[in-house]
Amino acid sequence: MNAQLVALAIFDGVAYAALVFMVAVGLTLIFGVMRILNVAHGSFYAIGAYLTVTLVGGVIAAGFSPWLAYPLLFVAAALVGLVVGGPIEKYLLKRIYVKEEALQLLVTFAVFMILEDVQRILWGTQPYFQADALQLLGNIQVFGVYYTAYQLILLPVVAVLVLIGLRLFLRRTLTGKLILAVTEDREAATSIGIDADKVFLVTFVVGATLGAFGGALASATTSVLPGMGADMIVLSFAVAATAGLGQIEGAAIAALLIGLGRSFALYLMPELEVLVPYLIMLLVLLVRPEGLFGTAKTRKI
Amino acid sequence: MRKTLLSGLCGALVLGTASLAGAADKPESIDIGITAFLSGPASVFGDPAKAGAEMIIEQMNAEGGIGGVPLNATFIDEGAGGEALLSEYRRLVQDEDVDAMFASISSGNCNKIAPLAEDLKVMNFMWDCGTQRIFEENDYRYVFRTQGNATPEMLASVLYLLKTHPEFKTIAVVNQDYAWGRDSWNMFITALKALKPDVEVVAEFFPKFGSPDFSTEISRLQALRPDVIVSTSWGGDLDTFVRQAAQRGLTNTSVLVLPLVESSLERLGKSLPPGHIVGTRGDHYFLHPDKRDDADFKAFVEAFKEKTGAYPIYPVFHVSQALAALKAAYEKAIEANGGEWPSREQVIDAMAGLTFQGLGREVRIRDDNQGVEDQLLGTTIHTDDYDFAVLDNMMMFKGDEVITPVGEESIEWLSGLQPGFVEEVTVENFSH
Repeated sequence: MNAQLVALAIFDGVAYAALVFMVAVGLTLIFGVMRILNVAHGSFYAIGAYLTVTLVGGVIAAGFSPWLAYPLLFVAAALVGLVVGGPIEKYLLKRIYVKEEALQLLVTFAVFMILEDVQRILWGTQPYFQADALQLLGNIQVFGVYYTAYQLILLPVVAVLVLIGLRLFLRRTLTGKLILAVTEDREAATSIGIDADKVFLVTFVVGATLGAFGGALASATTSVLPGMGADMIVLSFAVAATAGLGQIEGAAIAALLIGLGRSFALYLMPELEVLVPYLIMLLVLLVRPEGLFGTAKTRKI
Repeated sequence: MRKTLLSGLCGALVLGTASLAGAADKPESIDIGITAFLSGPASVFGDPAKAGAEMIIEQMNAEGGIGGVPLNATFIDEGAGGEALLSEYRRLVQDEDVDAMFASISSGNCNKIAPLAEDLKVMNFMWDCGTQRIFEENDYRYVFRTQGNATPEMLASVLYLLKTHPEFKTIAVVNQDYAWGRDSWNMFITALKALKPDVEVVAEFFPKFGSPDFSTEISRLQALRPDVIVSTSWGGDLDTFVRQAAQRGLTNTSVLVLPLVESSLERLGKSLPPGHIVGTRGDHYFLHPDKRDDADFKAFVEAFKEKTGAYPIYPVFHVSQALAALKAAYEKAIEANGGEWPSREQVIDAMAGLTFQGLGREVRIRDDNQGVEDQLLGTTIHTDDYDFAVLDNMMMFKGDEVITPVGEESIEWLSGLQPGFVEEVTVENFSH
């Protein structure tokens, strides 16, 4: 494998990691704060993609500039976070925080299944493709290979911005600090007057929006079709578990690790490609059961 | 085992009573069950096929059904999974006592259903699945295939490639990682190596089924620059691959050979550029060169477009052939029975050597119950009349020249082909 191929594998791995990170970080944020493993996160990803395709397609069909595709990515993601994510937390998850983890998992899985059917009712089963956002940015030639600027530059840049933004939000804003306080010790936080219910709702909406944003960004690169959410939830769970659940910066590293592992596998041993994310997860968890950056919890009495 | 025995017994009992009821009684309706994917990724095939079947049955019934008896179809979702499919299948055959079953789209499901149909003694048309193994590995009385199979589809694709691009040297494959992706490539490359021994395979990718992203494969292929890239993928996987390949210019440097892309042409729009090879899984094309001026064919295509918003694709044509076969078999059996209504066994007897014509060319059922179907391939061009790629430089291959002879095994037969076959094979040429 020469330097050129190594470079190509790195480009592909980073672009892939950027998309996976966006979804995994939402999942891990929700888990970190609420201690709930949200399978329905895959639905936010899929609905984010579907809604983007519909909005962008509609706006372009109505004769507006295709550049509107970019702001619409945010609109679609925020809509999914607020309109789909919000009510799920407020009316459903809120009731089950005190229940066993297995039950929580089953409830979010049920929500996932219901939302899969909702997508089928709304968008049917034929694949959609809406790539105007990607085509506008054109291609870049590197070592004789053409990449889309969207995948090579935009996705990684957006992922880094999301990471920095999320860090600043949690460390520098009041809402962020409240979220961290509730994460650290919910009882103590509540006793000094923090409205934990509100913090949970905000966290869930932010997490759901991130998942949907991942879908919105992915929609320009892939076919939007039934089942896309299931694949993504499995992969982003692998990323979150490798990083240590609740670890935001760790999710970025783990996504990168898995993205690069996958693309190098394709160059060296294509047969291993599908296995790589899970092999990495397995290796990491064998050595560090709490994940790369997770910390063993001391149980409070 | 006990279950099989029991169901076999039940099947025999049901059949027994049916025969006792008298072969001459004309039923109120001919009931059939059709399995199709109505959920999951393969619903890109099942949904149009169901719509097509409903339209054709409605028209058949308006014209007096079969021998004056109307047709009544029940659909089963293949997407519900293997077990659910088999139990629904049993229910239709044993409880509803249907006259015939059409199953199925998935080769995996065909593999499971063929022995079950034989057990239940119900006439089963494998109306869409491609696996060539079923009749090569077993003999069946009750199971038929009303179209070609994977072998002629792959061989015709190889022949078309060699006729249109005789100079190419290197080839790569990007197929879905499941039975069809693996088996079809095995057949394709076996035929290609027999017909062009100096071909060099530079890369073999089998991304997982339903893969949303082929960026890495495409980078790798751009670095390797194979002359030809084959993909027998379908549905969302194929759409994504073609679009990502076109976006990044891979379609400018390599010729794509896409044996199933007829079913994606309209969805892909003009992002499938001119100059790439299209297969149709038979002679299935909404602008079929023999039939594009045929009034009935045109009326169906337009009505289908009106009803579903899309042009009919090969599963629609396949289901039309299964329905045509059903009609032809009953009519032949009625005639053989001196005009009296035939028993189910008599209908099965009538299947031997049956010829029938759906919305394509005539198909013949040969001795091993396999259909012989001509194969149409073409190269994409862009025209002003359609906002997606259509076919030019079309070639029609004769079904019986490109299908494995009765009693032989496909891989063995394909590997025994000689390079001269490319010139010997009969070809009809058509333009857009």
